[in-house]
Amino acid sequence: MTSSTFSAAQSIGAAVEATPPRKGGRLRLNHPATPYLMLAPYVVLLCAFVLGPAVFGIWVSLHDWDFLLPNKPFIGLQNYADLIDPNSITFEPFWKGMRATAIFVVASVPFLVLIPLGIALLLNRTFPARSFFRAMIFAPFVLGIAVIGVLFRYLLDSQFGLINYLLGLVGIPAIGWTQTQPWAWVGLVGMTVWWTLGFNTVIYLAGLQGIPRDHYEAASLDGAGAWGKFAYVTVPGLRNVLVFIVTTTVLASANMFGQSYLITNGGPGDSTKTAIMVMTQEGLRSFKMGSATAMSYILAVFLIIISAINFMALREREAKK
Amino acid sequence: MTTSFSISRRSLLGGALGAAAVAGLSACSPGSAGAPGQEASVSGGGGAEGYDGPPVELAFWNGLTGGDGPIMRKMISQFNAEHANIKVTMTAIAWAEYFQKLPAAVSNGKAPEIGLMHADDLATNAARQVISPMDDVAAALKLTEKDFAPIAWNGGLYQDKRYGIPLDVHPAGLFYNKTVLEKAGADPEKPPTTGDELMAILDQCKSKGIQGMWTSALSVNGLSSQTTVYQFGGKMVSDDGLTAEFGQEPAQKAISWWKGLIDNGHSPKNAAADGDFVSFTNDKAAFMINGPWNTTPLTALKKLKWGAAPVPNIGGEQLVWAGSHQFVLPRQQTVDANKAIASRVFVNWISQQSLTWATAGMVPARVTVLEDPEFAKMGPVTEFAKELDYIRFVPPIPGVNDVLPEWVTATSEAMLGKKPVDVALPEAAEKANKILAANQKKYG
Repeated sequence: MTSSTFSAAQSIGAAVEATPPRKGGRLRLNHPATPYLMLAPYVVLLCAFVLGPAVFGIWVSLHDWDFLLPNKPFIGLQNYADLIDPNSITFEPFWKGMRATAIFVVASVPFLVLIPLGIALLLNRTFPARSFFRAMIFAPFVLGIAVIGVLFRYLLDSQFGLINYLLGLVGIPAIGWTQTQPWAWVGLVGMTVWWTLGFNTVIYLAGLQGIPRDHYEAASLDGAGAWGKFAYVTVPGLRNVLVFIVTTTVLASANMFGQSYLITNGGPGDSTKTAIMVMTQEGLRSFKMGSATAMSYILAVFLIIISAINFMALREREAKK
Repeated sequence: MTTSFSISRRSLLGGALGAAAVAGLSACSPGSAGAPGQEASVSGGGGAEGYDGPPVELAFWNGLTGGDGPIMRKMISQFNAEHANIKVTMTAIAWAEYFQKLPAAVSNGKAPEIGLMHADDLATNAARQVISPMDDVAAALKLTEKDFAPIAWNGGLYQDKRYGIPLDVHPAGLFYNKTVLEKAGADPEKPPTTGDELMAILDQCKSKGIQGMWTSALSVNGLSSQTTVYQFGGKMVSDDGLTAEFGQEPAQKAISWWKGLIDNGHSPKNAAADGDFVSFTNDKAAFMINGPWNTTPLTALKKLKWGAAPVPNIGGEQLVWAGSHQFVLPRQQTVDANKAIASRVFVNWISQQSLTWATAGMVPARVTVLEDPEFAKMGPVTEFAKELDYIRFVPPIPGVNDVLPEWVTATSEAMLGKKPVDVALPEAAEKANKILAANQKKYG
């Protein structure tokens, strides 16, 4: 990655060099260090808060680690071995957590990718109060999970909640939103979709506005209808946006924590206890940072693989063109 | 194009505002102002010789985010007013986050001077060196077992060293709704004292179409079921900390009793986690077994007619779950002698003032307060104080609470009928035993 950035910077540098240098207070764009200096603030932050801790985490995961205990025995790969040994303490909670996470990702991502696309298409048209609706769609996203959590605890309350009350008006018996499956997942996925769809909608809107208008005009001249324009102009035009949205949405859903933590507390049973909740319990409540870190690396490996598959599946296929 | 950009900018602004508002909400520590102007007149007898050094500021962290927080703040304001050279600032952090933040603060040398903890967290935090032993504090203040309710005093010990000075004991209690009892035709001034009496009233309620005592699969795992585990002759964890006993017969009987409330129509099937509280405060249920910290929120509801009583003897032995708030001294990397003295003055002063604290429903730990005639007039809390002779704590074993997630999951599955009680609990106990064994190894 760095090498390609470097060569790109070199060629820009070369281009700049060709123009006569300005005098006084000029930016030394042609200096070899310039691109690195530009990148420096980001790289420093990345190293300090992402790469550094990530590498240190590998070290932690090889120990029975509690940062406050003087004795942190080195145990090699034992934490990882425990995660594939069905008889260990960590095996069952971790894989149950992974399963719950997988269910949530599979259940939420399609809605979070498709519904915002539909909304973005609607909001991209010209109609009165369009700005108002755009703001309203995005509004829930600015709320913190604590607010959303409290709100939906009221809404989803099985006896006194507004949702069951409304269902009751049309004759549907009360649903145990936090006590029964699959309703617990329905509730969690539903609230997550409502909460976060605004973000993806805004990204789609930006993408839609990046598609040149003459493409649609050309399609009209070729006799394309609304569906034709959507399938042959909009979707290809949004391909890069789609890759971004699918990837970030999968990652965000895989990191689901607050909804389960606040609404169902991992229940009923432990069916909505996500991997992140398991790690929180292990590392921050039981202070077993070593095994919690090992868990997080396994989750990270899964997410890297899934993201890679996303890129492969959605990238532009040169051969077909 | 331009409109769209202005929209996104507006949304961004909205986002920033929202974020700022949330940040403002979550940072909820206004602190209490000191009392400027008053010259040093530190009470002499208070903390040994009191504190007459230069002005110091003390940070006091606790998890009193509920109805008890304002009462503690009021007491701190009073302390600050009476001690011109000590300014205590209180920060309330929800307990779960508190136990994450406090260790981090200690390891960075930014620990508050004073903390509050539950007795069942002392051992873990002592073993992890989050808090310092304070036998010297007890000695300097001449505090002994005679000054406190014995179980509260002993709850401050870990490996024969003192890590906590008790503020209160908060046992589970029975709350009864007089309006509902009247509606059911029961005597609203005569709360049940045994399981049979309780059941008789619940049956009376049922005959009037009232689900008298709500329980929830999501929250039964707390003090309500643990109280009955003790009553049926069981324990959560054995005294040596090596065995989770919540898989055994007494615990199975206890959970079956709670499940029976649902099966026999005394509670709806899918009550929310706070269903007991919500049904009680909305005059839908007659009883709830809950903590004394409900005193403040219940008192705030002017229309609610309620009373409190000791938990009835449901299981056969008159026992009750209890917690205890204990003052602790987080470990400092550099010790400031002035602050150390001032902290002791504060701890001593406030434990003597626990009469005010009793308005939060907490039973004072200090004997002088318990025997104060003013205390006898305080209503519900005096009922909880009757339970002092038979309260139960978990044993002081580091990491003892690590087994609770297993208990929470198992009770949830058992209550919802996903697994039979006699399968769910033993399975959970088996896993919990492994956790206890690992902790034994870890903490040595």
